Amino acid sequence: MAEVEETLKRIQGQKGVQGIIIVNSEGIPVKTTLDNSSTVQYAGLIHQLVMKARSTVRDIDPQNDLTFLRIRSKKNEIMIAPDKDYFLIVIQNPSD
Amino acid sequence: MLFSDVVSRAVLRVKMPPKKPKSAGKKKPKGQKAPSPPPIELPDHPEEIFPVVLTSVTQELFACIADEDVTSESPYKLLKKADIIEDMKTRAAVSDFSPAKQKVLDYPEDEILLVFDRDFVYGTCFYLVVTLEAKELLITPPQPEEEPVEIEREVSKTPELKEWISLGSEVEIENESVRETREKLGFMLRVQRKARAPVCFSDRNASDDKHGNLGCPSYEDSRFSIKWIQRDCGIQAAPTVQSSSAQTQWKCRKNMCSQYKPREFSEEEKDNILQSERMKEFCNSVVLRMLVALQQEEIMNVFHDDWKALGTSPEDGDCSGKDCAELMLYQSFTDQKYSKDRKISCINWHPTIYGVIAVAFTEKKEQRPKELTSPDVRPSHIVFFCFSNPYEPQLLLECPDDIYSFQFCPSDSNIIVGGCRNGQVVLWDISGHVTHLQRAQSSGKKVSANTDTFELDDNKESKTPVVRLCAVSAVESSHKAPITDVQWLPPTFEVTRMGIPVENKYKTSVQVVTCSPDCSIMFWDVRLPKLLNQPASVRKQSPDQKAEMTPFSVPDTFKHLDRTWKPLCRVLLPNIKTSGEYAPLKFNFQNYTCNENTDRIPEEADEDDESSEIPRDFSQLRLPSDKNLTTLEDVNTKLYIGTEDGEIVYIDWKLEKDESGRLHSTKPLNCFSVHSWLVNTLPRSPFFKDVILTTGGWKFAIWQEGVMDGPIIVSPSSERACTVGCWSLTRPAVFFIGKDDGSIEVWNLLEKASEPIQVHAHVTTAKITSITPWIASPKQHFLAVTDELGVIHVFEIPKKLCTPSKNESLNLKIYFELEKTRLEDYLRREALWETEQKEAKELTNQMPPKPLQKADDTHLKEYKEYLVLEESIMKADTQEA
Repeated sequence: MAEVEETLKRIQGQKGVQGIIIVNSEGIPVKTTLDNSSTVQYAGLIHQLVMKARSTVRDIDPQNDLTFLRIRSKKNEIMIAPDKDYFLIVIQNPSD
Repeated sequence: MLFSDVVSRAVLRVKMPPKKPKSAGKKKPKGQKAPSPPPIELPDHPEEIFPVVLTSVTQELFACIADEDVTSESPYKLLKKADIIEDMKTRAAVSDFSPAKQKVLDYPEDEILLVFDRDFVYGTCFYLVVTLEAKELLITPPQPEEEPVEIEREVSKTPELKEWISLGSEVEIENESVRETREKLGFMLRVQRKARAPVCFSDRNASDDKHGNLGCPSYEDSRFSIKWIQRDCGIQAAPTVQSSSAQTQWKCRKNMCSQYKPREFSEEEKDNILQSERMKEFCNSVVLRMLVALQQEEIMNVFHDDWKALGTSPEDGDCSGKDCAELMLYQSFTDQKYSKDRKISCINWHPTIYGVIAVAFTEKKEQRPKELTSPDVRPSHIVFFCFSNPYEPQLLLECPDDIYSFQFCPSDSNIIVGGCRNGQVVLWDISGHVTHLQRAQSSGKKVSANTDTFELDDNKESKTPVVRLCAVSAVESSHKAPITDVQWLPPTFEVTRMGIPVENKYKTSVQVVTCSPDCSIMFWDVRLPKLLNQPASVRKQSPDQKAEMTPFSVPDTFKHLDRTWKPLCRVLLPNIKTSGEYAPLKFNFQNYTCNENTDRIPEEADEDDESSEIPRDFSQLRLPSDKNLTTLEDVNTKLYIGTEDGEIVYIDWKLEKDESGRLHSTKPLNCFSVHSWLVNTLPRSPFFKDVILTTGGWKFAIWQEGVMDGPIIVSPSSERACTVGCWSLTRPAVFFIGKDDGSIEVWNLLEKASEPIQVHAHVTTAKITSITPWIASPKQHFLAVTDELGVIHVFEIPKKLCTPSKNESLNLKIYFELEKTRLEDYLRREALWETEQKEAKELTNQMPPKPLQKADDTHLKEYKEYLVLEESIMKADTQEA
């Protein structure tokens, strides 16, 4: 528990971070700093996207694997770090 | 023959089945008796028949010698019973009849039948028929055949027998009847060999023998040939398309539509997960990556396009050597005949035809009255030039007097209204010459190339078509002073007699506004009022007049108005402070764009349908009665007016009724004296509906409608007088100012607010009288500049000045807001300062002596204190020392 808290604090301390979500491999949010409805929405949608991205990378080269996914939009940037069992989703507002 | 014996025997057998010797039973089908009982153990002969062997002695005795007395033809012999008995007695046991003794004795009759049996049917040569019935039968075999015939005859005897009359049918019958020509021949065939002999079969090859097999091939018989014309045949169609279905395994199960709720963990589960080892590892591994990415974001924006950001404004980016940043002279127009010693008062581009400019020439007399020695009594004209032919006018519009201002009708570019020096309003219709103008513009280039027709052109010069005016207003109702500004009302609304704006049904500009230094603004309507009786008379006159006017080929579009045109309503300009009036030179009203009220319009068109289609014929238009039209509430009826004295007046043109019931104009809402001299131009910004530029005297000012306190921007006073100003059509912040030394200044409010960004000095040597921009095509933007010498210069506006910069209008809006607030602040401060001053004055007036004394006392006190201090310090110094 303490590890998680510490991680969240470190990430939250960065400039422009709007929200952090930890999601398990099935897409169920485990820990979040946003409100419930947004969390659920982000978790569901991003989970599908990460699955797709990962399968794409592995289809091209089975030895390869997805390490990071970044989605930049007009208003903000969504960063996803997938792991074996969980993903970490961070939403940041870029500097400019 | 043997065959006959067999046959006869068979026949006999058939006929006489019950022929049983000496037996009691009978088998006769005549049916009197029951079927014969099963044969008693008599060896092979029936009961009725008793076979007897007769010796030759007996035969002689009874006279039945075989083959003599009794033959096969007549085998029957009747023997007396008594004789037989006697024989038996005499010869006792030797008698042949002894075995039949009993039978004979039993025999009822006296005579017994003896039958010669040649064939030994019953084993003996003779046999006796024991029973009476058998005997009867044997003797009388043919009788039974006769009997049924007799019976039949007896039965059918009932009809009367008639004598048959022969009608000659006997011959036919004889012919038809078939008679045997000869006796029938009978044959009996018998194979010589014995039946049931052993047979030996063997195989034989059919091809061994030539005649082993006989083939019957088919051949075409040449004797006849039948042609098949119709043949029935059956067809079965086999489909080329085959439908088949297969069932597949639904391997990847997917919910197509379902309502779902997101899965969530409960608190405990979440805690469990968070505390698990996996979570810790995950955090450790992931955090580094995430932090790196986040920091990257912070450091720089990778997607920022530096190159693009370099050139944000088109002015900076367009550094190609081709495009000059300045106005380039495109063409100059002048005409010796018409522009000599004249200045141009007004210039307008033709709204639809490319490259056609119309200019109005006026005399320069007012300014230099000394040159009256050579009075120029040339008729005034509005001259049309086109790009292709800069030295020859294409069209001339005749005017009664100098025209100071004219305008093309916005809804119909063939109608031109002009204001004269004598105060009259003039209308022209150039619809007959439009094609000429268009042709001139397009074919102008060809003409110059063709040298043969060049001479003809010289001749043609005098034949420039002249358009006479269509209508001119009534002299008594026109202005008393020269009309300095004429404008059409936009096709979106029109104005009633009261000045109230109402909707314009036909969406054509039908009303004109004129202003003149005789302190009035007049609204003129191009249509004929209903009330006047003149329409009938005018129409009657028109065919006659048409005949008269045809040589001049004037279109009678406005015949109904000619010389009788009166203004619709007149707006006076009472002075806001004094009792006098303003003398307007230019005015400007807000162009009203109709909102979507389309659903209302068709209804009313049906109610008041005078002409179903949009009328092009102005003579047919009638002034509608005020009640039928709906008032447009949101039309801005306020005008900005520039006066002779350099004031800007803001007035509402709607007329009001005062106590006596007379209509009069309202007092102006505002009046500012910004310019020191007369106001030249009052153009409204094409981008902001409420921003107006005014030029006059040494400055120009920008006003915003709604800001009642004054102009939001005032330019610094320049050395030369500003004579004209006009906004750029494409860039909200750019406008052009013309000076009286012949230079043009280009201003950009967003770049520099205190000085022009460009100065084109000495475009001409004379004062610039008007500037009009025009967009001929998206790439060609022209600026027409006219001067006092009567020359028109057409400049091409460079791209930099054409294309607006990023967010220019937005920035300009912000700029205006800023200026507005600054102005308000300034005014507030001024007001405050004024009040402060007043207060201060009052205070000083109230107590003039006291403050002086007070001041002296305080001064003395201070001085004394200072002296004391000085002393103490000196003492301290000396003590120390």
